[in-house]
Amino acid sequence: MEQKTGIFQKIWFWLIIAFFYLPIIYVVFFSFNRSKSLTNFTGFSQRWYQRMFESRPILEAIGHTVACALIATVVSTIVGTITAIGLSKSRRVLRETINQVNNLPMLNPDIVTAIGFMLFFTSLRIRTSFWTMVLAHIAFCIPYVILSVMPKLRSLDPNMAEAAMDLGCTPMQALTKVIVPQIKPGIISGALVAFSMSFDDFVISLFTTGPGVTNISIYVYGNVKRVNPTINALSALLVVVITTVLIIVNVVPMIHERRAGKRVTASQIETGIH
Amino acid sequence: MKSFSKMVYPYVVWATIMIVAPMLLIVLYAFTVQGNSVLTLQFTLDNFARFFSDQVLPTVLWRSLKMAFVTTIICILLGYPTAYVIAKNQPGKQAVMVLLITLPMWINMLVRTYAWRGILSHMHMSGEIKVYIGMVYNFLPFMILQIYTALSKIDPALITAAHDLGANSYQTFRRVILPLSLSGIVSGITLVFLPAVSSFFIPKFLGGGRYVLIGNLIEDYFISTGDWNFGSAISLIMAVIILISMYITKKLDRQPAEKERR
Repeated sequence: MEQKTGIFQKIWFWLIIAFFYLPIIYVVFFSFNRSKSLTNFTGFSQRWYQRMFESRPILEAIGHTVACALIATVVSTIVGTITAIGLSKSRRVLRETINQVNNLPMLNPDIVTAIGFMLFFTSLRIRTSFWTMVLAHIAFCIPYVILSVMPKLRSLDPNMAEAAMDLGCTPMQALTKVIVPQIKPGIISGALVAFSMSFDDFVISLFTTGPGVTNISIYVYGNVKRVNPTINALSALLVVVITTVLIIVNVVPMIHERRAGKRVTASQIETGIH
Repeated sequence: MKSFSKMVYPYVVWATIMIVAPMLLIVLYAFTVQGNSVLTLQFTLDNFARFFSDQVLPTVLWRSLKMAFVTTIICILLGYPTAYVIAKNQPGKQAVMVLLITLPMWINMLVRTYAWRGILSHMHMSGEIKVYIGMVYNFLPFMILQIYTALSKIDPALITAAHDLGANSYQTFRRVILPLSLSGIVSGITLVFLPAVSSFFIPKFLGGGRYVLIGNLIEDYFISTGDWNFGSAISLIMAVIILISMYITKKLDRQPAEKERR
């Protein structure tokens, strides 16, 4: 595919990028607005940031979002990994059935999955709360973890665990010392997907959360009708935090690689191998 | 290794309770009368009859489908050239370009749509156009990434071969590149059409409250009105229509997929 890109193609690409970044830049800019307006910029101030850090509902929403995402990630990663390992050794019929069932929440619109959870909780007379939201998040995250662990298991040598046990490992040791280390990249990417799905979720949270329990999305949704510039500050904060995390995630491995490269060359020099 | 296969059983139980049961409940509610308890189930088709005989509701469904369809078309028209430009660069540059596309997706959809509300308030345009802008904005990255993935898998030798055999740039695109990237377009359609049909905060944020889509209806019947049976019936209708459109889209993709397998 590699060809020269013309000037029009470059302009086109940057126009699309501008379209994607425009609202983000806009919201960060207006978070520093002195007045309440979302359209007229009247001067710089930090009052909305101050207002945000004094606002209990916002701090609670942030807390709920982070706590829910962390719990959902940990539980769904563990359960998803265990299930995936089991699936890789189980009969084909069972594997196909589970895959079809897992497709339900992934292919259905969020709102259908969400009302399913809502009807389920109320039918069992479970009062909705923070924990019903967490339960729903775990349920829709597990299929994604399974999906990202399965390919790694498929490329694994099936005799590996057997060999480990022949050499004296217990099944548990074979699992933790042989299988898990080899599928680690799949587990990590599964955990990342689960975290971001849970962190950004709105629809399923809206229908499964209890009265008065909001996360960031629900808070934004509930305040959109009013003019509330603290939302701009909250958005700007999210933009800064997420960008920082993404930069760290993308840059740190690069630095590591470079250092590791240097260390290799250094040791090569020491031992006299060139 | 049979001992490991037992590790699936807890999830079988969990999936039955947390995934299958909720879906069955939607079907159950859709076909029953309001105010039923489990002991006195009364089956009915009234919820569906009520939906299709209503003055407004079928037009809402039609409007949602139309908007999702148009959004998908716009996303293909904007997304294909973008993916194409990315795929034409050197691998190193490609990674950076893809990163630039994915970065905004990490920021909460509601927050980004909320920002559009501020920007679009400067402009005089109908609520409908604003909703379109919001939808294209939110779903275009998915389309770009799917098409890009398909394009980047194309063996460059095929393009050289096409040129060597006398095809001009247009013919190469039409006969080689486009058919090979069709699978990307198809999976892009799934990722755009599906959330676009059911989206309800985009019309609520940008449509000025008047622009009601099917997702808003479902939300209303569940959260404001509390008529869960009717709400379930509406979601079931939507789910079935989505299922049918997915099936049709998949058919489009079948031919190249079969060729690949051979």
